[in-house]
Amino acid sequence: MSATDPIAQDSPARKRSVVRSLLRLWPYVRPVRARFFTAAGVAVLASCLSLVLPMILRWIVDGPVAERDLTGVWIGGLVLLGVGVLEALLFGLRRWLVARPLAGVEASMRNALYRHTQRLPVAFHDRWSSGQLLSRATGDLQELRMFLAFPLTFLVVNISTIIVGCAIMLSLSWQLALIVMSPFVPLLWVCVSFEKQYSVAARRAQDQMGDLTTVTEESVLGIRVIKGFGRHRSQARVFRALSSELYGTEVLKARMLGWILAVIIALPELVLGVVLVVGVLQVASGALSVGTLVAFTAIALALRWPVESIGFILAMCNEAATASDRFFEVMDTEPPPESAGAAALAATAPRAPAPGAAEEELAEGTGEGGLRLNAVGFRYPDAPADAAPVLHGIDLHVRAGETMALVGATGSGKTTLTALIPRLHEATEGTITLDGQDIADLTRAEVRALVAVAFEEPTLFSASVRENVLMGAVDGTADDEEFRRALRVAQATEFVDALPLGGDTEVGEQGMSLSGGQRQRLALARAVVGRPRFLVLDDPLSALDVHTEARVEAALREVLVGTTALVVAHRPSTVMLADRVALLSGGRVTAVGTHAELMGTSTEYRHLMSGEERDPGTGPEREEVSVR
Amino acid sequence: MTTAVTDTDARRPDPEEHPDAGGPARDGSGGDPFDRDQLPAPPGAPMQLLRSLLRPERRLVVLASVLLLFQQAAIQAGPLLVAIAIDSGVPAATDGDYGPLITVAVLYGVTGAASGVLVYAFYRTLGRACQGVLRDLRGRIYHQAQALSLDFHDRYTSGRMISRSTSDVMALRELLDEGVQTLMTVLVSIVYITGLLLYMDVGLGVATMASFVPLYLLVRSYRRRAGVMFTRRSTAIATVIVKFNETLNGIRPVKAFRRERANDSRFDELNSEHCRLNGGTILEMARFVVLSRLTANVTLAAIVMWSAYRVADGDLELGVLAAAALYVRRLYDPIDRFAMILNAYASASASLTKIAGLLAQRPELAEPAQPKELPERPAAAPGREVVFDEVRFAYRTGGEVLPTFDLTLAAGQTTAVVGATGAGKSTLAKLLARFYDPTEGRVLLDGVDLRDLANPELRRGVVMVTQEAFLFSGTVAENIALGRPDAPREEVEAAARAIGAHEFIEALPDGYDTDVRKRGGRISAGQRQLVSFARVLLADPAVVILDEATSSLDIPGERAVQHAMETVLRDRTAMVIAHRLSTVEVADRVLVMDGGRIVEDGPPAELIAGTGRFAALHSAWRESLV
Repeated sequence: MSATDPIAQDSPARKRSVVRSLLRLWPYVRPVRARFFTAAGVAVLASCLSLVLPMILRWIVDGPVAERDLTGVWIGGLVLLGVGVLEALLFGLRRWLVARPLAGVEASMRNALYRHTQRLPVAFHDRWSSGQLLSRATGDLQELRMFLAFPLTFLVVNISTIIVGCAIMLSLSWQLALIVMSPFVPLLWVCVSFEKQYSVAARRAQDQMGDLTTVTEESVLGIRVIKGFGRHRSQARVFRALSSELYGTEVLKARMLGWILAVIIALPELVLGVVLVVGVLQVASGALSVGTLVAFTAIALALRWPVESIGFILAMCNEAATASDRFFEVMDTEPPPESAGAAALAATAPRAPAPGAAEEELAEGTGEGGLRLNAVGFRYPDAPADAAPVLHGIDLHVRAGETMALVGATGSGKTTLTALIPRLHEATEGTITLDGQDIADLTRAEVRALVAVAFEEPTLFSASVRENVLMGAVDGTADDEEFRRALRVAQATEFVDALPLGGDTEVGEQGMSLSGGQRQRLALARAVVGRPRFLVLDDPLSALDVHTEARVEAALREVLVGTTALVVAHRPSTVMLADRVALLSGGRVTAVGTHAELMGTSTEYRHLMSGEERDPGTGPEREEVSVR
Repeated sequence: MTTAVTDTDARRPDPEEHPDAGGPARDGSGGDPFDRDQLPAPPGAPMQLLRSLLRPERRLVVLASVLLLFQQAAIQAGPLLVAIAIDSGVPAATDGDYGPLITVAVLYGVTGAASGVLVYAFYRTLGRACQGVLRDLRGRIYHQAQALSLDFHDRYTSGRMISRSTSDVMALRELLDEGVQTLMTVLVSIVYITGLLLYMDVGLGVATMASFVPLYLLVRSYRRRAGVMFTRRSTAIATVIVKFNETLNGIRPVKAFRRERANDSRFDELNSEHCRLNGGTILEMARFVVLSRLTANVTLAAIVMWSAYRVADGDLELGVLAAAALYVRRLYDPIDRFAMILNAYASASASLTKIAGLLAQRPELAEPAQPKELPERPAAAPGREVVFDEVRFAYRTGGEVLPTFDLTLAAGQTTAVVGATGAGKSTLAKLLARFYDPTEGRVLLDGVDLRDLANPELRRGVVMVTQEAFLFSGTVAENIALGRPDAPREEVEAAARAIGAHEFIEALPDGYDTDVRKRGGRISAGQRQLVSFARVLLADPAVVILDEATSSLDIPGERAVQHAMETVLRDRTAMVIAHRLSTVEVADRVLVMDGGRIVEDGPPAELIAGTGRFAALHSAWRESLV
């Protein structure tokens, strides 16, 4: 929610850096700089033209009208028309010049953000909710485009308009000019300080809105619980309280807005009243022409908006700087270096070992076949320094072609361990080798091409069934026969063929919704397609019914022959797929052996596989505790 | 030992509830209003809703309107005073008579100050009215969401419900926050200025009014063109957002299957499309602003030219010329803002229509006019007797789910209900929970029709626990005390202890006071289920309905949940939609359902010994256990 956003609004350090934050946008604006600056120039010109209109009015009044020169009136009128048309066209030109380029700037920044986030490590995504990243990709970028289109341009335009307007007025009558200009500074000050106070109230309203949204969301998401237990009174109470708080803040905002408008309207009117008295007196004494007086009032009117808006524009700059900081907060997070080994090799040799080369080397066999973990440890980068590492001193060897089951209580680190092999997380200690090749020496893409994974939570993307499955193949393509084979292994052929368009049916968020079991089977097909050399499966059959599970297991057993596989298992039936079992306990591998061996020797394993109490007195709930 | 037997996803609404929806396909081609996100609302419902929202605030609205009329009268007097100053003040002052000038100057000052004070009062008054409307609307949506049936929620989906109460209210708020004041001010100022121009000189007034025709046409064409473009743009940004979210939520498979490059190019495509449409809407706005500014400037030039001609001719006072020029400029000043208001108005009215559609839904379950009470329950008696008396259930659309049947559940009995997806298990459970009312017949609790029980009394009698054990933000203790918010801490702990949840709760950073949404408060799926059982134990209903989760935990987790479930079922009448053999084995009675009918009924041991469906199912279960 907005309340917990990492960027603090009004710290003194932030104020100094507004300009710097905004300057960082330059690389994205650079490609359109020619149009952008031309547009700003056009805007200054158009704005100055609006100051010329009163001057023409003055000339008409004092010249042709006073002299009853009808042709002069015509000429004056035509000039007025010409300037008016020009002003409108220039405003149009400005908007036309920047419309597409600035939409392009927004799009290029969004593209950059998307590309960057895709390449940030999984640990980053664990820390950042998708909502936070999404609000940067939408709201913040829109705000930055608006900033480039309006406040930035109009800061320049308005200041130059004020200067030009003051100069014209001074040249007409310095006494009247000073009177008109007298409220500028106080007005500016009032507006700027108002925007500061107002933004505090606006921020508070936003936070309260966020809290209210949370309550609303929960009341909808938890509707089954609420219905099941009767109305959730405390929730309704909280809703009412938050709703009134928000009402209070919003009314305060309306009052503040009314107050500033009162000042903005009344102050210049009072000054204009004084101008009128002094002006009329000067006209009466002949020191001033009527036309000049008319022009003065018109110019004073024309300058009101530029002066009033400065406060509002500065506030928008401030908000844009915040948006920019939020954007760069993500962009500044460096993707992890590809690999220490590859980088070192790249410095000396022209290229890191190609997958083909690695394969040849592996084929010779260095006696280190299969998947080997050597003294592997892992701790989350944001974990407190005194916390125990999630994994520690893991030594495990899955022989080439062997299937190893990984068993452990909730929170023992099974899923974390499986994430280390395709380098979704980087092991913080020790080495992992695939057929003797240290994965730290390969690029991530190479490692992931070697290792296929099926996750506990089967995610399908908005694409056809075929595309979703073939994602698992090395270059995303494989022939139809291979696709069918993968479906057969996962026992998915039948239901895929029953879909409206068979394998070409769109699934995922934008397509048909499949049941948990169906999604899990497609995720499994994705893992086995293209016959990967290494397979990592995280409890791949948890959502399947008994009969399907048995059939999948039979088919999977054939695939697993000749594949080096690590399979996380919760149930004896899944363990049966494996040649050997590794027991993970408290972040360490405490036992390795066949199912029968471990059933005989390990009480913990027995407890996990049969539910047998380990020692009477402590409930089985103890293992359930997972505090991370 | 336990095994999940059905292949369904807990997060998906049970398809058996919508036999008329045509299978799981979301093809969107049917006429189902839910698919198109348009609920039937009587024509004029949005306006009616707006009126009913404004009714409580009508005093404020009237007051604000009066304030605005005076404020605009004060502010628009300015140029008229300038005209008087020039036309009468100057000649009088030349003659040494400062009376008229002083009068004008004092009036100018007074009107200026008055308009300031009045504008403050106007904003304050209207602000209170608008915020009152929004508060009222939020409350109505919230209460409507609580009142509507689960069936409705399943079909409407939580995403839509949430966007009704957030982004749609926000759209209306944007209009009320910034638009309404400006709109009212603009409208009043147009009337005043036109009136004043007509008063000063009929010809000038009529000329100005003539310029409204092209402006009106411009506004109309902009609304039409921009409306289409806005819809297309919002569709485009929605697809960008979906892609973005999908990538972030599936970042592990994205990385594991090296989807980065493919995603880059797909995202680039979607993003470019949005960029194109975005640029298009900006250009559309530019077109409107230029054309309206052009109309305004041409009108200004024409009026100045004509009046200057007439002044030169001696037909018009010079002051009137000056005032006319000032007025015309004021008149066209807010044109740019007008376009923004139009945008806000368009999106707000679309949102209001959607909200009105939601609020027009009538909750299907009526509260009893004369609620009855349940008979006193002897302290020792376990649970209450449940009777389905000639009950039949069909959807209003016609699909019959449960043909007429009779069923009696003895007090204290645990009944397991098994059957394939779509057999009618959960409909049976929902009738007992009174999430639905039967189409025919009655559901009786100790002889009292469920329809005669007020909601609090009903929930003291029957509680239903669903698969997903949702935790609300707040502490663990608050979550357990959901059914009885006033329960003392000792009772909360006693319930947790009885369920076997005490140990893990104590191990959380702040024990029972740990906020479940904060870091460190992460609670596993098995633990959630334990918390949800503790809830039931504390609420202590006579009848409990349990929809067992299908997804499996690890074995110790399953055992803990099994143990907790047995604690909850003890001494209550219980109906369990069972997915696990172990659950069925502890039941006193098993109902096997197929096609809405109860096809087998008896104690588990008896059914196993027979040759029916349950016996077959049971042997399959047994085989799966190693």
